[in-house]
Amino acid sequence: MSKVYRFTCIVCPLSCTIEVEVENGEVKNVKGYTCPRGKEWAIEEVTNPKRIVMSVIPVEGGRLPTVSVKTEKPVPKDKIPELMKFLAGIKVKAPVRVGDVIAEFEGVKIVVTRDA
Amino acid sequence: MYDVVVIGGGPAGMAATIRAKELGLKVLLLDDNDYLGGILLQCIHPGFGIHYFKEELTGPEFAYRLMNKLDGVEVKTSARVLEIINYSDLEKFVVFTSPEGVQKVSTKTIIYTAGARERHAFEIGIVGDRVAGIYTAGEAQTLMDIYGIMPGKEIVIVGSGDVGLIMARRFSLEGAKVKAVIELMPYPGGLARNIMILKDFNIPLYLSHKVVEVRGRGRVEKIKVVKVDENLREISGTEFWIEADTLVISAGLIPNVKLLTEIGVVIDPSTGGPIVNDRLETSVPGIFVAGNALLINDLVDYVAEQGELAAEGAKEFIENGGIPSKRWIRLVKGENIRLLAPHYLSGERDVWIYARVARPMEDVVVEFVEIGKKIKLPVVKPAEMLRIKLRAKEISKAEDKITMKVVKHE
Ligand code: SF4
Repeated sequence: MSKVYRFTCIVCPLSCTIEVEVENGEVKNVKGYTCPRGKEWAIEEVTNPKRIVMSVIPVEGGRLPTVSVKTEKPVPKDKIPELMKFLAGIKVKAPVRVGDVIAEFEGVKIVVTRDA
Repeated sequence: MYDVVVIGGGPAGMAATIRAKELGLKVLLLDDNDYLGGILLQCIHPGFGIHYFKEELTGPEFAYRLMNKLDGVEVKTSARVLEIINYSDLEKFVVFTSPEGVQKVSTKTIIYTAGARERHAFEIGIVGDRVAGIYTAGEAQTLMDIYGIMPGKEIVIVGSGDVGLIMARRFSLEGAKVKAVIELMPYPGGLARNIMILKDFNIPLYLSHKVVEVRGRGRVEKIKVVKVDENLREISGTEFWIEADTLVISAGLIPNVKLLTEIGVVIDPSTGGPIVNDRLETSVPGIFVAGNALLINDLVDYVAEQGELAAEGAKEFIENGGIPSKRWIRLVKGENIRLLAPHYLSGERDVWIYARVARPMEDVVVEFVEIGKKIKLPVVKPAEMLRIKLRAKEISKAEDKITMKVVKHE
């Protein structure tokens, strides 16, 4: 059974509509892209979708009560709930600075994006 | 006396300040918050800076990049501007309160970058009980991403613009259930990359629907939704209730121009911001505007770009005792253009045109009628601002106006 996934490509503002045909877990055909970057993105979106994840972590003694953090690189979508649970267990003490690494989740660094 | 006082320390204001400093102007930056960065500090998601810094950043990271370039600039935070006094074209006063008391400074020019405000429940016709659990998206975002407090557990979001969609993702990531996103228009309001959020978290999107009523005792308990026809009129008999403890309203932003209207700056009803020339100067000489106070942008990159442009305008104004131009060519809205800026072009300089279409269309030509310029685009959407450069050479071909329109490609 083949299935066709349809997306609006978000890699650049041209917003091509890309169709990816998948059969038995294998990419059979990709249509609608204008450039190779879009094609690659669409294939990954079907086979192994990844997202940058962001959240806030409580901070003690800071100027704001939380610091914002993000994953240094995109993580597989199905890992996200686990990652959020992991982040919910973290607390930091001020001062922290943009770019500080405060933790690591399965090899992905958790980076601070706001001073506190 | 200052050369420039910048009002508002968000991305437009910081970019304007940095550029003004680079141009050798004496500048004062005022912000009413106790920290610079504006709304960016609570926009913790990535997607900022791809054009401006050529790198994808989160909101706070974008803000810090700018803040780090403010060294040596006079900055006052917790400074709320009470009044602008337009004493003369070449001298203005800014009155503000700060922890040091009420102050009045004089300046040759002002760059106004006070951003926008959110539309609230009353403005979009929601009736019912006055209960806890009704927030604007920005309020919910401040609670969650600055103070670390969850605003609710079961949430209905009004509006599928970028802000609403991004909040849908934050709520879902933090373990709340987003029960629905309700959109009045027949198409989603946000950028394509944000529409994906709905799919990521299996959030139902109701297009051509409207929230009309909220019921609850003490706290939101249920929310009444109704379908609308193509004229946005409610269709009776289509009502249904969604149980939820929180209603988040993300029904659009309105440029925050109160201080400007008080001194008679002319406002364009379609952008909600001032009418400006190609230096982003308002109808009051020497007062410039940039960012969401000018028109609602969808990318912070454009906001920062407008800040820089306004600073360059201020420099030119100071050097020449006004913005020199022999004539102004009007840029007017044609078919399927809902709003645009700037409104007056000199034809002496290249200019970025920012515009939004009224409705989505595929396979189109953006046309600048009187000068014969045409640009083909595969698709236009109200959510995605058009940004097009017109060259001085092209503009100067026009007599007194240029009509911008979007038509089907033949
Ligand atoms: S396929 Fe290429 S050109 Fe089309 S939107 Fe994606 S990145 Fe842009």
